[in-house]
Amino acid sequence: MSHNVAIAGQVTGLKTRFLIGGGVILVAVAALILSGTLMHAQYFLTVEELLSRPELIGRNVRISGAVVGDTIEFSDDPLEFRFEIAHVPDSGDEIATVGGLAEALHLAVSDPDNPRLLVVVRDQPMPDLLQDEAQVILEGHLAEDGIFYADTILLKCPTRYAEELPGQVE
Amino acid sequence: MLAEIGIVTETLALLAAVYAVVAALWSVQKRERRWLHSARNAVAVSWLMITAALLALLIELINADFSLLYVYNTTDRASDLALRITALWGGQAGSLLFWSWIMGAFALAAVLSNWDTDRRFMPYVIAVTIGTLAFFLSLTVFFENPFDRFWQDPSGNVIVSALQPPNTWPLAQRDGLGMNPLLRHPGMLIHPPTLYLGYVGLVIPFAFAVAALATGDLSPRWIRATKTWALIAWLFLSLGLLLGMRWAYDVLGWGGYWGWDPVENSALLPWLTGTAFLHSVLIQEKRGMLKKWNMVLIIITYLLVVLGTFSTRSGIVSSVHSFAESPIGGPMLVFLAVSVGIALWLLFRRWDSLRSEAELDSVFSREAFFIINNMLFAGLTIATFWGTYAPIFSELLTGEKITMGPPYFESVNGPLFGVLFLLMGLAPLLAWRRTSTRHLIRALAIPTVLALALVVVIFISGTRHPVALLGFGVVGFAGFSTLAEYWKGAVARHRSRGEPYLLGLLNLFKRNRHRYGGYLIHLGIVIIAFGIIGSSIFQEETQQRLAAGESLVIDGYEMVFEGLDQGMAPDGSKYVVQARVSVYQNGQLVARLNPRRDIFINPHGAQDLTSPSVYSTVGGDFYVILVSWEEIGDEGTTFKVYLNPLVGWIWWGGVILVIGTLIAVWPDRRESRIRSRALATGLAGSSEVA
Repeated sequence: MSHNVAIAGQVTGLKTRFLIGGGVILVAVAALILSGTLMHAQYFLTVEELLSRPELIGRNVRISGAVVGDTIEFSDDPLEFRFEIAHVPDSGDEIATVGGLAEALHLAVSDPDNPRLLVVVRDQPMPDLLQDEAQVILEGHLAEDGIFYADTILLKCPTRYAEELPGQVE
Repeated sequence: MLAEIGIVTETLALLAAVYAVVAALWSVQKRERRWLHSARNAVAVSWLMITAALLALLIELINADFSLLYVYNTTDRASDLALRITALWGGQAGSLLFWSWIMGAFALAAVLSNWDTDRRFMPYVIAVTIGTLAFFLSLTVFFENPFDRFWQDPSGNVIVSALQPPNTWPLAQRDGLGMNPLLRHPGMLIHPPTLYLGYVGLVIPFAFAVAALATGDLSPRWIRATKTWALIAWLFLSLGLLLGMRWAYDVLGWGGYWGWDPVENSALLPWLTGTAFLHSVLIQEKRGMLKKWNMVLIIITYLLVVLGTFSTRSGIVSSVHSFAESPIGGPMLVFLAVSVGIALWLLFRRWDSLRSEAELDSVFSREAFFIINNMLFAGLTIATFWGTYAPIFSELLTGEKITMGPPYFESVNGPLFGVLFLLMGLAPLLAWRRTSTRHLIRALAIPTVLALALVVVIFISGTRHPVALLGFGVVGFAGFSTLAEYWKGAVARHRSRGEPYLLGLLNLFKRNRHRYGGYLIHLGIVIIAFGIIGSSIFQEETQQRLAAGESLVIDGYEMVFEGLDQGMAPDGSKYVVQARVSVYQNGQLVARLNPRRDIFINPHGAQDLTSPSVYSTVGGDFYVILVSWEEIGDEGTTFKVYLNPLVGWIWWGGVILVIGTLIAVWPDRRESRIRSRALATGLAGSSEVA
């Protein structure tokens, strides 16, 4: 009898230990995710949003826009390239109304009244996909001089290679 | 004509699939076997119809029939045969059809190979796999039809439609756009189908899990029936990830191979849950524990598979700015909600019957460590999922879009993977149920001493980076502990049977393919981890502008720029700029490299393709990119050089991982004998009942 009680006691003790151990692991994982989020989260903004929020000057942010092809300039020495990006709306509905992402990018670049932002990227080779009307995602900061200095540049495959309707065939 | 055949066969495939689902469920309702037979035959018909549609599309691609939008988008006249074949999955519409074809093949194979052994499961296995197939086929037929064609109306407008609209006539384009040159890489060409095989393979265990829940047969039967499927799926998923990494490394020219991009993450997510699943089902088989967890895990895996299938091709997560942009986004969410909802409802109905058959006996038992392993994989999944979809969540919660870059993933996933390696080293040393402390300490001694020795050697050789030392130590511990298992096994066979050590080692694989094949996978992962730690922490780079004859120096290497060649390629498809450089190490010429840039000329513009040139050794890669040059003369050519220590270990570790998985899934003669015996008795049993 007393033997049984002892075993039962041991088992409950073990169970509690497992629950505590499991709880510790869960809390540790949660803490890791939370601290990672707090330390490394970045605002993801459109050009318009960034320009309308001066308090974000100097802060590390991520932005997206459309590359304006004829503004791309490349310098060899010092190695740097600069280009303008045009504001692209970020709501799916807005993009859908104009007829898809390719069309939205095209409109963004061809509308001269659309907000634009000058981007400078230093000490990086020019990406192959940097071309007119490409969708670009940049990480970096907007400086006092109104230029966006990007540390990383990410380009989406140009839409012109797929899903574009050809024009009329003469 | 072919397009019509395609449209008719894909529609018939959809109808047959819908019929198969209805007939399968009807057979349960009516308790009539003929309906189930009919459903099985419909599965075969559906797959044959998809095959016909796929062949029609393939012939259209090979013939370069530019009256089809899909052919126009993915090929051009200059594409060779291989490129035209791979165009089958080079675009959204084609890859959906191709995905359906693989899904159909796997479903048919799973139904036929388990037809006699697991007959009770079959109605539900058909309903789940073919239901999923029907959904994808309906996307193909109604939303993303690869047989959409160009039509022209009297006022000259171009209309795209599968069927001829009234008052129009067919229109063929002169030439297509061709596949993006960035995608014309062997790794990229086989990477998507490999991932699909992995994704689709994971649907099979899910289907059997649902069948187990629906029939109430909650024994490990569903796990045994699908173990091989899960492993094969895992193999293809791993291979797909590795090929994608290799493609990024060879083609994208940033010296890296993994960027925690949403598209990469969405392929990693089912890999994480799939890996957890492969481990946790072992506990259910051996100890009858974790039954609920395995169900939850396979349901989540299925969810991630469907999500991943879309995001890899359609870019719905890659550009979070256009989630609703893709026409298939809405139907996909509905399908996901319905299918996962049904699975969860079935799970909760059986919740109480899924009670564990055993309790944990000790913390120092293999099952306890497997549970911790699963908690960590779950943590990795949640962390990766949260980081990937943070923009969507944060906008829903706060109205502000927030994203997570690579630093987030490195800081969260890095430590979690580190602890997993510790477990990988510890778990094989532990027995099921409990292990005595004395036994454990003895088993731990050798791997621990070797790992510490490794850290000391790395420290003496000049590495002082604390994270790297810790990482190498933990991963090394896992590696040595795994090697020790082989050693112990071989020694035991030598002692008991007098087998020479090498033969004993080989016989270990023969006797227990799952276990020792699995350890080989562990070794592969350990080697991959060495490569990842080395190349991500110790990467060096430099960028310099050189005139012909000048050289740059980076960490013991000297690179001399010899000259530049440029001109049109003979076939006129591209303009090629190629540099000649020589790499010296300690004054010795070790390699002549040709970093280059191809400029593809397309009627719609130019596309550059930067091809890095690489000198690989066991110690690492010398990776050089041609950044820029002057049109005339060799005076100012800019190069970027990366030194990527140990990066080759990732690919070699991948090869070992593949070999290990193949050993683990290789049919075991002993097992198949047991299976056929079970089948024979099962048949005898059923005939008695009849």
